[in-house]
Amino acid sequence: MADQTDAAATGGKRAIHPLAVRITHWVNVCAMWFMIASGWRIYNASPLFDFRFPRDLTLGGWLGGALQWHFAAMWLLVLNGLVYLSYGILSRHFKSSFLPLTPQSVWREFRNALRGRVAHELGVYNAVQRAAYIGVIGVIVALVLSGLTIWKPVQFQELAALMGGYEGARVVHFVAMTLVVLFIVVHVAMVALVPRTLLPMLTGSAKRPEHGQGK
Amino acid sequence: MKNLPRKPDRSLMAPSREVVALERRLFLKQGLSLGALTLLSGCDITDADAVQKVLWSMSRWNDRVQAAMFDPGKLAPTYPESAITKPFPFNAFYPAAKAPRVDPATYKLELGGLIREKAPWTLEQLYGLPQSSQITRHICVEGWSAIGKWSGVTFRTFLERVGADLTAKYVGFKCADDYYSSIDMATALHPQTQLTFRFADQVLPAAFGFPMKLRIPTKLGFKNPKHIAAIFVTNDYPGGYWEDQGYNWFSGS
Repeated sequence: MADQTDAAATGGKRAIHPLAVRITHWVNVCAMWFMIASGWRIYNASPLFDFRFPRDLTLGGWLGGALQWHFAAMWLLVLNGLVYLSYGILSRHFKSSFLPLTPQSVWREFRNALRGRVAHELGVYNAVQRAAYIGVIGVIVALVLSGLTIWKPVQFQELAALMGGYEGARVVHFVAMTLVVLFIVVHVAMVALVPRTLLPMLTGSAKRPEHGQGK
Repeated sequence: MKNLPRKPDRSLMAPSREVVALERRLFLKQGLSLGALTLLSGCDITDADAVQKVLWSMSRWNDRVQAAMFDPGKLAPTYPESAITKPFPFNAFYPAAKAPRVDPATYKLELGGLIREKAPWTLEQLYGLPQSSQITRHICVEGWSAIGKWSGVTFRTFLERVGADLTAKYVGFKCADDYYSSIDMATALHPQTQLTFRFADQVLPAAFGFPMKLRIPTKLGFKNPKHIAAIFVTNDYPGGYWEDQGYNWFSGS
């Protein structure tokens, strides 16, 4: 209550997302979109499974164009990812935002979320969010490594062997892509459900007081 | 802030209507601009010359990166006979029935460019060179792969025999089916790069490149020209049938 009165008086703002996180987040949105949309076009040239992605959702026009997009955007994805990971480790952003994390806390808060009991505190991640963010970082690393293997199955044949060879790496790449898409769907659905989380990812801060501490 | 709800505890539970409305507008706006971006990607971005230029120069950059990554001593994995893919898929820019029929009696392999002995080679002469076999994975640019057995002369042996300038940048190929392609000298000299005359212990069938193809297990399938009619060595970038349309030139594995 006191906090709210102060905020009303001063119009104070609270830092939520550091600049480096915001920039790398939105660059990653573009890079991921280029990679997934062109990747779907590449997949369509020789589908692993019994379906094709709708042509209108793909990027590149034909296989050659899609490959050009894919192998250009991979630099954006990887360089941006390295900046993000370096920042996260060196600035201790990962430690302060994603830790501590225990399986018990994830399970407890997951059950709570299913019952609609979620604490929406901007800038503070609950255990399920922490697990999801750490998980998607790991999945993107697997996506890049399997992509590297598909691109260079001879030069990186040791890496390929870990994934069951070239054909195994294709499956790993597909599964990792599917998990990232799944993450994006849930992530965007959550923003749609709690839209006030969107603005801080652009401006970096939110007005005091914060709302909805439904504890 | 004058319009704060009278009951302050409610404001702790949920955002005010104004804030919700504002955020909704912003979300919609953001959604719209993302949508507009998606539309752009569908046609405008793909067609825009500037974007095409960036994509092509990134592809040239990737040629250089791949050349740097290429380890001339690193061998592609080899497989046992039991791993061979049967039937082995046919792939070209035309149906299998349209594969060129080359007459072995009159066939001569032409040589050109930075090669000392440019005399054409008959098939009999080529079959007389030291032959070896490999069972390797052929990986198509489309994504599929298949394991096959190819036999012929190590390409390096042939290039040395005809006195090719091994310090030149490129080896180019002209084919009987009007296909053409080119590779870097480092790959041409790789121990598994083979001038191939036989497939699955049989004379190379027409569909798979009679009278000869270049088998390169360290490159994608389309970099393995079939029905080779002429080989030349050059320092001027020769391009290729698919490469000129947008496939990456180096396309190494």
